[in-house]
Amino acid sequence: MSELIIRDLHVSVETEQGDKQILKGVDLTIASGQTHAIMGPNGSGKSTLAYTLAGHPKYKVESGTITLDGEDVLEMSVDERARAGLFLAMQYPVEIPGVTVSNFLRTAKTAIDGEAPAIRSWIKDVRASMDNLRMDRTFAERNVNEGFSGGEKKRHEILQMELLKPRFAVLDETDSGLDVDALKVVSEGVNRAKETTDLGILLITHYTRILRYIKPDFVHVFVDGRVAEQGGPELADRLENEGYDRYLSGSNVG
Amino acid sequence: MSAPVVSANANTAAPTDHSKIASRQHSVGGLGLTPVQTRSERFASYDVNDFEAVVPNHAEWKYTPLAKVAPLTGDALDGSTYEYSAATEGGASVAWTGRDDARIGRAGKPEDRASANAWSSFEQALVVTLEGDEASATVSRSAIGADARAAHLLIHATANSRGLVVLENAGDAMLAENVEIIVDDNADLSVVVLHEWADDAVYLASHFANVGRGARLKHVTVTLSGDVVRVNPTAHLGAERGEVELYGLYFADAGQHIEHQVFVHHDGPHTKSTVTYKGALQGDGAHTVWIGDVLIGREGNGTESYEQNRNLLLSDGARADSVPNLEIETGDILGAGHASASGRFDDEQLFYLQARGIPEDEARRLVVRGFLGEVIQKIGVPSIEERLDAAVEAELAVSA
Repeated sequence: MSELIIRDLHVSVETEQGDKQILKGVDLTIASGQTHAIMGPNGSGKSTLAYTLAGHPKYKVESGTITLDGEDVLEMSVDERARAGLFLAMQYPVEIPGVTVSNFLRTAKTAIDGEAPAIRSWIKDVRASMDNLRMDRTFAERNVNEGFSGGEKKRHEILQMELLKPRFAVLDETDSGLDVDALKVVSEGVNRAKETTDLGILLITHYTRILRYIKPDFVHVFVDGRVAEQGGPELADRLENEGYDRYLSGSNVG
Repeated sequence: MSAPVVSANANTAAPTDHSKIASRQHSVGGLGLTPVQTRSERFASYDVNDFEAVVPNHAEWKYTPLAKVAPLTGDALDGSTYEYSAATEGGASVAWTGRDDARIGRAGKPEDRASANAWSSFEQALVVTLEGDEASATVSRSAIGADARAAHLLIHATANSRGLVVLENAGDAMLAENVEIIVDDNADLSVVVLHEWADDAVYLASHFANVGRGARLKHVTVTLSGDVVRVNPTAHLGAERGEVELYGLYFADAGQHIEHQVFVHHDGPHTKSTVTYKGALQGDGAHTVWIGDVLIGREGNGTESYEQNRNLLLSDGARADSVPNLEIETGDILGAGHASASGRFDDEQLFYLQARGIPEDEARRLVVRGFLGEVIQKIGVPSIEERLDAAVEAELAVSA
């Protein structure tokens, strides 16, 4: 049983107009096996939280802490965080020309485990995961994210999550740009990973649609860089009906 | 179309007086004026004396470190035969031939002084002839030596032949060379040239390919070492349905100059060309130059053409010059495009790979190898692909 703890996190981002404060004191505790949905309007800081957890250099932590089983995550480099068991399924996965999916997956798995996977069982695992995600076998020989459709990119992110077996996964708007069929396939993948590895999930989304397929234990509403409200799955139902307007009555409404 | 403009020559402090030198180059108009001309009308001659002395503002020399190449652009060169080794399979043969061989001059005519100097100086040409279905030849040269030299190589793929020629270059060199590639009707030829010269080697080459009816040429030039390496490939597609693929791969380290001036001339109907050059640069003073000219002439109906150059700058202090030029003289083409991009390492790629646990230095290697690998994947000869993968790997290990 692991715990990812975020305390009073303040984060700014570099812009051309100088540093801009995005997160203004976030508190969150996620345990293994739990699914936390982070919901909120655009610009509320959801993706900033995701990138900050992964260690993207653009985001500057002003104060606060992130710990994984007591270890200081903020002290770790991007790759150290991944090896410690954090995974970010990205909203906009990056193309890597000339690097095949199969080469990429094997390199990542080797880095995470500290040793190369046994070839035979690895090939079997990759194929099984690809089949589950309804990915064609030829996919493995394509270059990473190059010419992938939106749905293919998201499946590829979930494929990596299944194979790398992190302790905690942050899914940054994994549902955006997916049709219903793809959404089901991707959600099944997430649920499978949760069942088999006791994965803790931070599910970042703007819409409640994905919560029909991935059941959250907790729902946190993000507004203006803070958690404005939290509760159980019933909170998502309420957001479905009422939207975010009631949180935005202040000056924040554009 | 050919409105005269003042050439760079006229603006120098000491302008060249064309009336006083016996040069025919750059004398159009007689006033030191060079017209904007179509690429195929560039001055060409077999005689070095027809070219004026090389100066930095000549278009074909403006990027090249002239002091370093001076031994090749000045006086006559030693054009005697040199040591080489060759391995052949199928209907391939390698032999010296005299200057009177009728094939010499079928594909090429020098367009710069170093090329003309080599042409004027060589005593015998090394000829690789390919016949039949499965002809292949590997020619290796590693004892050219550091004295200024000229050489002439001729590759002749006879009609309907299918073959591969690999030219391996290593060791010392101060060499100017012309390479003529004759691809007769319906022949299918691949030429792979590997430059792994000694670190202080200087090499200037002009490659001239003449592609026949329904013939195909795949031409790959790979440069990993040498002080100054300049390879200028020209492909003339003068007959129906001729096709060329021109690929280049280069890795420039600190202080190294690697240059390519590529020219594809679509001069027959339904011809096709693909040009892809990719380079990585790392270290202070690493310099690469790519000039890609494509001319679709009046005879080039139904042409399909695409050229691109991409450079990846891995450190500060490196410089990549990239100049694509496209001239079209007919309205009836299938497609013509060009692209050029030179950029620094993409930090988002690095972040993506690191976010999967891959350490930074390994992620960097993966990206560079992938970037260059796109060209390696095109070669189509597994043994060479593996060798180049390993060579690029070694290059990255040294630079890291």
